[in-house]
Amino acid sequence: MNALFQRLRRLEKERYAAFAALAILTVASAILSPFFLQPQNLLNILRQVSYTGIIALGMTFVIVSGGIDLSVGSMAAFVGSLAVLALNATAGAGMGQGTAVAAAVACAVLVGLACGLANGVLVTKGRIAPFIVTLGTMALFRSLSLYIGNAGEFRSESALFGDLGSSAPLGVPLPALILIGLAAALSFVLSRTRYGRYVRAVGSNARVARYSAIDVDLTRLVAYTLNGLMVGVSAVLIAMRFNSVGSSTLGVNYELDAIAAVIIGGTAMAGGRGTVWGTIVGAITLGVINNMLNMVGISPYLQGTVKGLVIIGAVFIQRQRQ
Amino acid sequence: MTPLMADALIRVRALRKEFAGNAVLRDVDAEIRRGEVLGLIGENGAGKSTLVKILAGIYEPTSGEVEIDGRTVSFQSPSDARRAGVSLVPQEFNLAPDLSVEENVFLGAELLTVRRTLDGARMRARTAELLSELGASVAPGDRIDGLSAAQKQLVEVCKALAFDARILILDEPTTMLTRREIDRLFALMRALQARGMTLLYVSHKLAEVKAICDRVIVLKDGELVHEAPIAEIEPAEMARRMVGRELREIFPPKRKAEGPAVLEVRGLTSPEAFADVSFTVREGEILGLAGLVGAGRTETAEALMGLRPSSGSVRVGGADAKAKRAEQAVKSGLGYLSEDRQGSGVLPGFGIAENMTLVSIRDYCTFAGVVDREKEDEKARTWRERFRIKAPDLRAQLESLSGGNQQKVSLAKALDPGPRVLIVDEPTRGVDVAAKQEIYRFLAELAAKGTALLLVSSELEEIIGMCDRVIVMREGRIAGELEGAAVGEHEIMYLATGIESGAGA
Repeated sequence: MNALFQRLRRLEKERYAAFAALAILTVASAILSPFFLQPQNLLNILRQVSYTGIIALGMTFVIVSGGIDLSVGSMAAFVGSLAVLALNATAGAGMGQGTAVAAAVACAVLVGLACGLANGVLVTKGRIAPFIVTLGTMALFRSLSLYIGNAGEFRSESALFGDLGSSAPLGVPLPALILIGLAAALSFVLSRTRYGRYVRAVGSNARVARYSAIDVDLTRLVAYTLNGLMVGVSAVLIAMRFNSVGSSTLGVNYELDAIAAVIIGGTAMAGGRGTVWGTIVGAITLGVINNMLNMVGISPYLQGTVKGLVIIGAVFIQRQRQ
Repeated sequence: MTPLMADALIRVRALRKEFAGNAVLRDVDAEIRRGEVLGLIGENGAGKSTLVKILAGIYEPTSGEVEIDGRTVSFQSPSDARRAGVSLVPQEFNLAPDLSVEENVFLGAELLTVRRTLDGARMRARTAELLSELGASVAPGDRIDGLSAAQKQLVEVCKALAFDARILILDEPTTMLTRREIDRLFALMRALQARGMTLLYVSHKLAEVKAICDRVIVLKDGELVHEAPIAEIEPAEMARRMVGRELREIFPPKRKAEGPAVLEVRGLTSPEAFADVSFTVREGEILGLAGLVGAGRTETAEALMGLRPSSGSVRVGGADAKAKRAEQAVKSGLGYLSEDRQGSGVLPGFGIAENMTLVSIRDYCTFAGVVDREKEDEKARTWRERFRIKAPDLRAQLESLSGGNQQKVSLAKALDPGPRVLIVDEPTRGVDVAAKQEIYRFLAELAAKGTALLLVSSELEEIIGMCDRVIVMREGRIAGELEGAAVGEHEIMYLATGIESGAGA
């Protein structure tokens, strides 16, 4: 009983702020608009936050390990472009639509992993600051997708691909289902496995980790690679949703939304502490803000202002608590 | 002692400093006389640095007074002290590496023109003047990060002198200098003295104190225990005054280990840190590794753990244990308690149990790398009981514990993988006497159960109280080995400092 109480107290301390903010926002939205609490609207919010939410899951690992990844938006465009190319090539070769979709998914996953691995190798083996590395690859991935697509759009030639994107098994949009599944898995990894503990130890103090016989480089490398995988998953889901990929538009500012979700979720920017569920709360908070502003008819141009204030406010509150 | 009392430049009365209730300086009365070079000596933790920091305005005393020229002063900051003519050349250089010499000399006290812009010309001229007075081969425009340690020290001296200092405090100034650079520093100190400067020379290198100082005062456990004109005291007596005290009953009885050699080190060398270090540790033995700060003790320990590149041979139980990374060392059966608990030992934001299993986490994982928290908690409870760690909740953050309890957690962390050889580096740094005594008892118990221990320490008392055999390092090499009855303060100090005269006194 005492142990349970202690657990609750710790839980509260870590996640109280993010949950409280989301609860207040939800209540406020429900008062401001009667449509807010309708299941269709809630599912819609969930779908909207899924794409950057999935990326934010990977970003959580990177940030908790003491790094940052600015390249995720560009990477999503690059991965999505190649995935649609793979889809069309497979379909064009006369293979079934199912095979084509599988090829697109496999391509996205593999290219995502490879891109993440490249970031990780540059950070750990190249000994370059993560901010610099991913600033570079951010420009690089975007430029490559613009070049391949001649700055235009990659249209999918598979109807099944697009149908999957708007499907909703069990009434829940596909990307939201995947987000929830991945969040559950990664939350377990971060809080209950050896690797998760290494991530937190490395982000908390890399020197202590090294002196404790932890492979610091490998831990970081895996975090960036995992993040690349999440970008791959997210990119193929967005491509499905629109049944096309705009090489210049896909993933723009995704890195900011992903980082914002992680930060609002209570993860320390300096690394060492953070939770996957916090990140989900952060992502949903951003989605609710957008949705509420739309409903009450505030100019979409001002949404960035509100988002910015929320991010700064979240970090400010965290600072005060320390 | 002599009737020159009226000539005191600085006098401290009943000066006391406590940190969290722990007295580091205990009612010290002392004076620094005008125009002298005063040596301040004492072991690590004796309170030398604390006294210096109070004089330089970095710390405020808990109680007591500092007088300059007979007037009581109260420094709120280093710049207050500097204005009163007290300048400190710190042990760790305090220079901005990307700025030039002149920018560093005037950092925080820049000279301005009437238009409130930087007066570069005046600062450059003044810096050049000071540098030439000091005979430094450095230009005002040189960047700090291109300078040698000796040159950086001169810049620090320059910084200290730029504001009409009357007393210059040098805190362990020769740690990073070569023999020739030390000679040059001493010549400079004499030249400054001839110009009427008063100098306070803080060191534990007794031969140097004998060579440069006019008078010496000795601190031990925060108290001033001795003072003497330099002509009346030899390094041997200084050493005795510094450490001489009855070993209290805080040490468990010593045992002589007769078992087979477990750790065998041959010709271990790490460039710029130490060279040709060879020794063996037997099963159940506590081998002491003594030496002054900078002698290469911690570096040797780090090399054994694969945390520092090195060449040579390391064997544990006859098998090759030369490690390139800490993972390999742990696998070979080596364990390490770091001297720097905060910097490389434990994670304050992690749970207590999580800290204990940081090295050995693999032993608590199922096949998929999932941590079995039940098993982890159970082991953590065992450690808590064995080390009597005062922690009600083992999942609470480590930072909620006292220093002594944190050190016990750190020790549990090093021990949890079950090492055959445990290297403990300053195992009782920053813990109170009660925790010290407990830690000594644990270490003796471990040895009795067959673990080979290497005790790295700068506290002589600890080495003498715990070890039947001691190796002493000096300037990166093994200076000698002592065994049985030969393990004594004087013998260790002689080997550590290189002063062979007067042995057996």
